[in-house]
Amino acid sequence: MKPAPFEYLRPASVDEACEALASDPDARVLAGGQTLVPMLAMRLSRPSILVDITRLADLQGITETAEGIEIAAATRQAVALKSDLIARQVPLLAAALPNVGHPPTRARGTVGGSIAHGDPSAEIALAATILNARIVYIEDGEEVEFEPEDFFIGPTVTMAPMGGLMTRVIFPKKPAGRVGAGFHEIASRRSDYAFASAGAQVVLDDDGACVQALLGIGSVGDVPVAVDVSDLAGTRLTDDDLKGAIEAALADLDCVDDLHATATYRARAAKRLAFQALATARENAA
Amino acid sequence: MKTDLTVNGRTYGIDVEPRTTLLDALRDGCGLKGTHAGCEHGVCGACTVIVDGEAVRSCLMLAVQSDGLDITTIEGVAPERGELDVIQDSFCETHGMQCGYCTPGMVLAAKALLGVNREPTDEEIRDAISGNICRCTGYGQIVEAIRLAAKRLRESNALAMEAGE
Amino acid sequence: MNADTKPRFLSTDRRVREDKRFVAGSGRFVQDLDRPGMLHVALVAAQHPAAKIVKIDASEALAMEGVHYVIDGAELSAAVNPLMNGLDTPNVRRFPLAVGQNRYAGEWIAAVVADTRALAEDAAERVKVEVERLGFLTDAEKALDPESTPVHPEHGSNLLLDRTFDWGPVEDDFARSDETLKLRVTWGRNSTVPIETFGVICEWNPWDEVLDVWASIQMPKYADQIARALKLPGNAVRVHYDVDVGGSYGVKRGIKQTVLAGYLCRKLGRPVRLIEDRLENMRSGDAHGPERIFDIEVAFDRDGTVNAMKMRALDNAGAYAGRAPFQLGKPIGAIVGPYRINSVQYRAMSVTTNKAVQEAVRGFGQSPTNYAIETMMDRVAAHLGMDRLEFRQKNLIRSEEFPYLIPSGSTYDSGDYHAVIDKVLATADYAELQAERDRLRAEGLCAGIGIAACLEPSGGNSAFEPLLNEKNRTSTWMEGCRVNVDALGEVTVAIHTTSSGQGHETLAATVVGEVLQMDPDRIRVVRPDSLSSLPGNSPVGSRMAIMLGGAAANAARELIRQAVAIGAHLSRADPAACRYEDGTVVTPDGTVTWDEIVDVAHRRFHDLPPGTNPGLTANFIQQVPTGTALPKDGKVQMYPCYSFEFHLVLLAFDPVLAKPEIRRYVIGHDCGTVINPHIVKGMTLGGIAHGLGAALLEEFAYDGEGQLMTQSFLDYLMPSSHEMPEVEIVKHETPSPLTEFGQKGSGESGYLGAPAAISGAIHDAVSQWGIHLNKLPIRMSAISDAIAAAEENA
Repeated sequence: MKPAPFEYLRPASVDEACEALASDPDARVLAGGQTLVPMLAMRLSRPSILVDITRLADLQGITETAEGIEIAAATRQAVALKSDLIARQVPLLAAALPNVGHPPTRARGTVGGSIAHGDPSAEIALAATILNARIVYIEDGEEVEFEPEDFFIGPTVTMAPMGGLMTRVIFPKKPAGRVGAGFHEIASRRSDYAFASAGAQVVLDDDGACVQALLGIGSVGDVPVAVDVSDLAGTRLTDDDLKGAIEAALADLDCVDDLHATATYRARAAKRLAFQALATARENAA
Repeated sequence: MKTDLTVNGRTYGIDVEPRTTLLDALRDGCGLKGTHAGCEHGVCGACTVIVDGEAVRSCLMLAVQSDGLDITTIEGVAPERGELDVIQDSFCETHGMQCGYCTPGMVLAAKALLGVNREPTDEEIRDAISGNICRCTGYGQIVEAIRLAAKRLRESNALAMEAGE
Repeated sequence: MNADTKPRFLSTDRRVREDKRFVAGSGRFVQDLDRPGMLHVALVAAQHPAAKIVKIDASEALAMEGVHYVIDGAELSAAVNPLMNGLDTPNVRRFPLAVGQNRYAGEWIAAVVADTRALAEDAAERVKVEVERLGFLTDAEKALDPESTPVHPEHGSNLLLDRTFDWGPVEDDFARSDETLKLRVTWGRNSTVPIETFGVICEWNPWDEVLDVWASIQMPKYADQIARALKLPGNAVRVHYDVDVGGSYGVKRGIKQTVLAGYLCRKLGRPVRLIEDRLENMRSGDAHGPERIFDIEVAFDRDGTVNAMKMRALDNAGAYAGRAPFQLGKPIGAIVGPYRINSVQYRAMSVTTNKAVQEAVRGFGQSPTNYAIETMMDRVAAHLGMDRLEFRQKNLIRSEEFPYLIPSGSTYDSGDYHAVIDKVLATADYAELQAERDRLRAEGLCAGIGIAACLEPSGGNSAFEPLLNEKNRTSTWMEGCRVNVDALGEVTVAIHTTSSGQGHETLAATVVGEVLQMDPDRIRVVRPDSLSSLPGNSPVGSRMAIMLGGAAANAARELIRQAVAIGAHLSRADPAACRYEDGTVVTPDGTVTWDEIVDVAHRRFHDLPPGTNPGLTANFIQQVPTGTALPKDGKVQMYPCYSFEFHLVLLAFDPVLAKPEIRRYVIGHDCGTVINPHIVKGMTLGGIAHGLGAALLEEFAYDGEGQLMTQSFLDYLMPSSHEMPEVEIVKHETPSPLTEFGQKGSGESGYLGAPAAISGAIHDAVSQWGIHLNKLPIRMSAISDAIAAAEENA
């Protein structure tokens, strides 16, 4: 199981990386490699050249700006998991990250790579979808931004511009008020690609009433989806409130069927996990 | 492509194709056969090595990416030839292996864990090795080995502190 | 062993000597070996489940730099003999590469030899194979249809084996019983899937005319089979046993791979290495395990007495026969499990389909059979409204009934099943465990307790071979051991097999140390190559504690006899009046030291007893304790020793997510006298992990197009440290009266009962809905969907 031959380039700058990517349609970005390298090994991916961005300082780091929390694309998942800034300001992402792979894959896998791959079961992609993070690419020297809902269009198919390079993902900072997040997923082995996953964030006012509730489902269909549970605003988020909102929001969820999990299972599991995610978010906000 | 790998404190100048994984480079380029190929697609963990303090899968890294990184393989764990470090010795004490094929990866996953966590819970131990598949042991004696190693490391630490080190 | 003396080294917590090299990364696996000028093989795999091979064009591959050769099945089959079949099915011919047509997706059509494995893979992609698709089938029941497309047209049908045994008055017992019950359960195709794939290096020495083989092997009569296939004299194949094997649990058989590499290395005059990559291993390493449908009818009385059982086992062997059908044979040796069942009808059926080939898997068919028997016991108890445990206890063979002859001709050596179960129930606090289950249920979870009682037949003599194939006259399955004392007085033990984690070096050293009353750490254990070895049959069938243990003990005893003879002669005493003690010979007049005895044996022929040869060395070839007779009337003593295990498991899951989480797992294990407790413990825990995988996760599943869907580790799911629970082992020792120290086998422990116990626990958890999930693995979505359907219908 050896990859087909390719060239390797380690650019000195983002510009050089962009140039290399733009000049060859078969060039691919190599970031953490945790998804790409297995595809190379199985010869499912046959790039002409790999552009290794892992050491570009401009693509590393987590910073707070007025716009939000910016995670540079090549920031490793393990670094994000340890980030106080993310824990404080993007609690839903913080809740999602421990579910990403295993310690050794998080040590190399990157935040941007996970999003760029567009796997419907990717936890970071789901968190980005729920929070409506902005995905920033450089294309032809210009920054282009995508909203997750537009970016993810099918299983491992995205709107990423040909020859472009993702530079960062901007997660909005958590809103004012008491904010809680929850993330739950299910697979036959923990850390596997999930059969269904759910993330939620709620904001409570000082009285404990819900100001805002967000919910998203991953792994069941072609792309991670944010679903509308805005009806929860104004409620006390009782179990019945949650169940009612989930029933309505997930009534027409598209689910896929495969060897490991049926579509009917995924649909049922999504509701159960959605409840767990919202309930956890509620507890964490309290 | 020529590249320099820093493995167990030593520099190996090797010439590899870009497609050569770190795993294959360690085995064939550096002659370090203790790192094992299990699945070559990043699932089983047999090829685990420590890179800059963290356990990673060497089948998912390219050799040409790895210059300048501080790489530790199983050959770099024992203090001297014929001697064992505390973690290795603990694996022997509890028989935390059978066929020995996943063992180097397990020992290194344990080493990475104990490098940052001297008092891991069983849950943390199981999480640290969850990406390393062992088909022989059912993990019980591996968990025991890591538990024992943690205890021994704590004790030797305490002794060293007492001695004023 | 003298019953009065306490063992010094046996059953003590001594370390396993092999471990030291493994933790240092110094194991010597076949992948670690390099031979000068070595070439590498990659395989060209069939795309379709069945296709006629019209043309293979390798010209483009051969034109690539670094590519040395491309071979196809036509060339290879003209040069080598077909691989051995276990059954008498001469028209089911099998070669390492497909000949004329391929019979499963992934089957090897051609092999490319190049300077590196990567180059070989590049070239393999450029081998152009022109085919015409043929009809195919993957379903065993469809294969039974005489109109089904035959996988081997020359054979005439897909039926490899259809044999019905009637042991005892089955029809009478059915007629006199109060009630009968039918059930069907299916064991999904899985395997042990070692983390090391199969690998082999072959090198032909044209001047010595010897084929050197280094392989990741666990195969009885491996060298013989290679020689026969390659048309070489037996003594022209030299298998190096000092290769560490990275796990096997039955499957590392490697005949086709070795014949291919062996042929290529002679052809090319260079060493040739074939290391399967994971895809080759999974889809075409011919290492899948049993896939079996059980139809059972059981007759019993209302008081809970089981009288008779009819079992039909239909096994899907895959595309070729090999030894796979014999996996229907081993369970005959424990066909009633640990129970008193007066009569049994057993119909063993094996069919070919267009799936990858089966190989031996841990337990050789026993675990599927145990799963069927234990599911039957649960169903009958439920039908009668009896407690599952009491129902079992009522039917278990009682300790005073041993040795116990079962209907199919095997006599169980010893056991105390009730005592083991009582210990487990006490350890687990069964009443409290039930209360815990009820508490979990009150929390809204599905919670269930599973129990399984089963046997591990061990030390086998391969008696299923003559039983299922009359042309086969095997009545021994011996194992040899050599113990030698060098001129400096140190002891070296030679064992004649590779090991895949069973700790045979530790076993041999411990046993010889025990007999010689000598610290095992002083004893060297070596593995000569096959041409320097005594006969042996490799570590299969849970046999090495019994067989290698027996051979080592008896060789050491022979050494003592020689030492005593020397000591007695030096002292002019009657050998009968002398004894061996702690390395010395105690005579009526004093002691003769070890050094003195060694000096005489190695240097002073004049001091040796008359007629004695010099040296201090002993070979012993151990016969299977009970392996003496060929089958008669469809009955045979299959195995000498029967270990017992009793599983008790509590699991729970959310009714919607349905992910079974094991809350408690207690196993009672009785494998007689334990030689090394660490090894036995590890076998048991590892076996349970395999069983957990078989019950819930692992399957080689094929789609409607005949393609394997689970060919990578992303889809073939093996338990990780997250899924595998802490297991409590409750020990019990009922020594076997047939073995040197009372030891029995333990290499399959845990695996033999875990699937049944876990399935039973899931069924207990969903019992309120009366759901039956009759096929392993039981996937989460199947549980959840079944509950949802039951709720809807309620």
